[in-house]
Amino acid sequence: MMGRTIFIDPGRCIGCQACVSACRECDSHRGKSMIHLDYPDEGHSVASLPTVCMHCEDPVAPCAEVCPADAILVTADGVVQQADTTRCIGCANCVNACPFGVPKIDLQAKLQMKCNLCYDRTAYGLAPMCATVCPTGALFYGTLEELQAERPGVQVADSFTFGTTTVSTGVAMVVPADRVQWPVPGGLPVVEINGRDVR
Amino acid sequence: MTATDPSRALPLDPSLAPPGTRDFRDAGGIPADRWRADQNGETLVPTHCCFCGVQCGMYLRVDRGGKVFGVEPRNHDINRMRLCPKGINAYQQVNHPDRLTAPLMRLGRDEEFREVSWDEALDHTVSEIRRIQGEYGNDAFGLLGGASLFTEKTYLVGKFARVALKSRHVDYNGRLCMVSAAGANKLAFGIDRAGNPFSDILLTDCLLIAGSNVGECFPVMTQYLWGARDRGATLIVVDPRETAVARTADVHVALKPGTDSAFFNAVLHVVVAEGLADEAYLAAHTTGWAEVRQTVADYPPARSAETCGVPEEQIVQVARMFAGAGKAMAWHARGVEHHSQGVENCLSIINLCVATGNIGKPGAGYGTITGQGNGQGGREHGQKSDLLPGGRSITNPEHRRQICEIWGIDEAELPPAGTSMMEMVWQMQREEIRGLVGICNNPFVSLPNYATVKDGYDTLQFHAQFDFFLSETAANAHVVFPVTVWAEDEGVMANAEARVVKHNKAQEPPAGVRTDTWVMCELARRLGAGDKFEFPDSRSVFEELRIASAGTVNDYYGITYERLEETGGIAWPCPTTEHPGTPRLFEDGGSYHPDGRIHLQVVEWHPPMDPYSEEYPLSLTTGRTVAHFLSGNQTRRLGALVEQTPRPWVEVHPSHGFRNGDPVRVVTRRGSEVLPALVTEAIRPDTVFIPYHWPVPTSANALTIDALDPRSKIPEYKVCAARIEAAERIDEVPAPPTAPGQQAYPETQVSRTDPLPPTSPQGRGTAERS
Repeated sequence: MMGRTIFIDPGRCIGCQACVSACRECDSHRGKSMIHLDYPDEGHSVASLPTVCMHCEDPVAPCAEVCPADAILVTADGVVQQADTTRCIGCANCVNACPFGVPKIDLQAKLQMKCNLCYDRTAYGLAPMCATVCPTGALFYGTLEELQAERPGVQVADSFTFGTTTVSTGVAMVVPADRVQWPVPGGLPVVEINGRDVR
Repeated sequence: MTATDPSRALPLDPSLAPPGTRDFRDAGGIPADRWRADQNGETLVPTHCCFCGVQCGMYLRVDRGGKVFGVEPRNHDINRMRLCPKGINAYQQVNHPDRLTAPLMRLGRDEEFREVSWDEALDHTVSEIRRIQGEYGNDAFGLLGGASLFTEKTYLVGKFARVALKSRHVDYNGRLCMVSAAGANKLAFGIDRAGNPFSDILLTDCLLIAGSNVGECFPVMTQYLWGARDRGATLIVVDPRETAVARTADVHVALKPGTDSAFFNAVLHVVVAEGLADEAYLAAHTTGWAEVRQTVADYPPARSAETCGVPEEQIVQVARMFAGAGKAMAWHARGVEHHSQGVENCLSIINLCVATGNIGKPGAGYGTITGQGNGQGGREHGQKSDLLPGGRSITNPEHRRQICEIWGIDEAELPPAGTSMMEMVWQMQREEIRGLVGICNNPFVSLPNYATVKDGYDTLQFHAQFDFFLSETAANAHVVFPVTVWAEDEGVMANAEARVVKHNKAQEPPAGVRTDTWVMCELARRLGAGDKFEFPDSRSVFEELRIASAGTVNDYYGITYERLEETGGIAWPCPTTEHPGTPRLFEDGGSYHPDGRIHLQVVEWHPPMDPYSEEYPLSLTTGRTVAHFLSGNQTRRLGALVEQTPRPWVEVHPSHGFRNGDPVRVVTRRGSEVLPALVTEAIRPDTVFIPYHWPVPTSANALTIDALDPRSKIPEYKVCAARIEAAERIDEVPAPPTAPGQQAYPETQVSRTDPLPPTSPQGRGTAERS
């Protein structure tokens, strides 16, 4: 399973948007945030969850697969990079292809931008800025073992099925032990998580 | 479907942000080398966040030119790298285009401000002080300080008022924060601070959070709550709203605002009835238990359940859960403190902790979560109207003698106790106070019953403010002194754990800006008291403060700047330079009362001061939102935070029939205003909520009542009678005031970096989508 990666635990999210502000501080996307908050049960609950790039592994990053300009590179360690500024044509194919609703287009600059897992930090062994500051651990960076040592009994999912397509991701989500149905922000209805039918 | 669907978004888009809202990025003030990967020569200055009472450690990034340009997380004990959005964006204040960089002055409120020299501003202020005091007596001039100041400066505020102004009238905006908890702690324990460090939360078996929206007001503290739960602790949340933390609690008691002590008395009733009280502990270490036990006998759960609007079974459940846990803790904040019975509410929680033997042990105790960065330290050394340095009482002859000796003044010269912040406003209305200096506060937004506050300030013959942005209150003044932001000076603050931490200087202030210390000392010199105010810097003030606190309960003597830098913080009392500090109180079972016992106090519940009626059937309660700090003078100028929460709203239950975003007029006996509805099941049907960081006409405090707790004199912000009705239009959010010349900056809208439409504030609302 996954090595050192981000684990998203929506149960802990307090909707503070520290991750959103922290993402702006990352030098690699020049003051813009690549995270957004989602509110899955509005009107009934204050529940929220941060959406970061899931860094899809299998199939290799749908956003990269559909890019006509080969602008989205996937590094050997599984990080799906944001578009190469010298190649990106701003066509938004990546936006349409992503099942999690992550990539963003700057229409003026005709440029795609997305979370690159703070490559400037993780390459040096640091946690991404969002997971570093997250006041509650809703974004946790580390290995599954480290997560489970801190949170005994925690269960995670890194495989999601949308319709007939299953996507395995580098980033994982914490799922409740007793309830596996989990809305994925911005995407199609999830029908299967880790091989379990959740319809 | 998610909140990113435009059809589901509230009409809270960036175009509703106050015009002119900007941060230095938007205003084109980006340091030349920002956003470059090669930050060669960059330095990181360790310091703490300027905002709430958690006091997270952080590094400020300083470029080769000596300018603060960013923030980096810091692995400090308190926050362990975590930061909330306010902390992350705080650095943007330092070189913000709205900074005041020259003294402003005008002779009448109908005139425009003009920039003047420091000499002119100081001389005019001193001449007005002399004129007013000459005509009406020394007490006709008052001083209002702030709990966001470093402790050194709060010490100077108290000394300046009594020694230089020779006035009894000094108080501070911490009066609006946690003084009810302070009063209760002093009554019960003889010491005014939390009993345990945050880290004890990780060791508890049952955590009770009362009246505290931890997720939004103290986000970084949430990691302790979640850590406790990871280890199996149960969580009880007492709050009228389903906050982010309440959402996950084992028990969420959504009680009716203003009924806290009825609830906690009933819980204690069950504890006694079921034999869960720790009678051995009570007999050995307390006084007053028999009276308390007798009182709570009159609070059967059935009756309190009706008063509080909660199920009777929940009261029993909370009692069993808290008293049955091996170690239990209670933390509370403004939700129980902002009441005309704020002290009693806190005492009822203390009674529960002590009666169950949950005191003075790792994982067992009580704490109050400070709202302002230095809400704790800000009152410890004489800024509060009834206190002298070291928490000494100004009415105690021995305490007065001790301080007069240190200050080198005759005891007869030391004024008596003054009045509280709100009472001072009433005195302004009555023309008993005719001149005022305000330092680091913004009562036009932060005090209740705005109309009264405005009237009081307008009646002043002379008003001066110290600030680094032109606050709504400073915009009313005759003289405004431009002073430093936190990163331009050094000093200490005490956080909610009573841990004293040191803030370091990261940048030189802009030309024309002075420290609050310099301004107070210069005013004192011109008033003829210069020999008592020879303080070139914060360190020299701290050295006098250490001596002035020696031997008191609030003993800082053993704390030095060097020790703070080495240790990352020391909890007082710390009587010697070898003493490790006192993170946890009462480990020996005693208290700080002379008899060594905890003095339990009888609490009787009484209704809030603003009665419900057919015309005003609902409870209006107020609070904070995560993106903004207190009066918003600082955070309503930072683009990212305004973008996150551009304006206030009124949170209403779906049963009132409003749709999300509808204009709703909220009416109380003080006034009315129209805000967009945020329709949510996360609030009681009989309660509405408005966040309070904005000025009129979108000010929650234009509606709240200026009733005070008789002991702590804290206003009853958290409950007043109200009604809501449909309206035609929504009141516009005014832009923060700016000084002359600042219009040169381009008017910019908040620029969303995210092409997705905005979501509702904090993700609440939109019940019509259900």
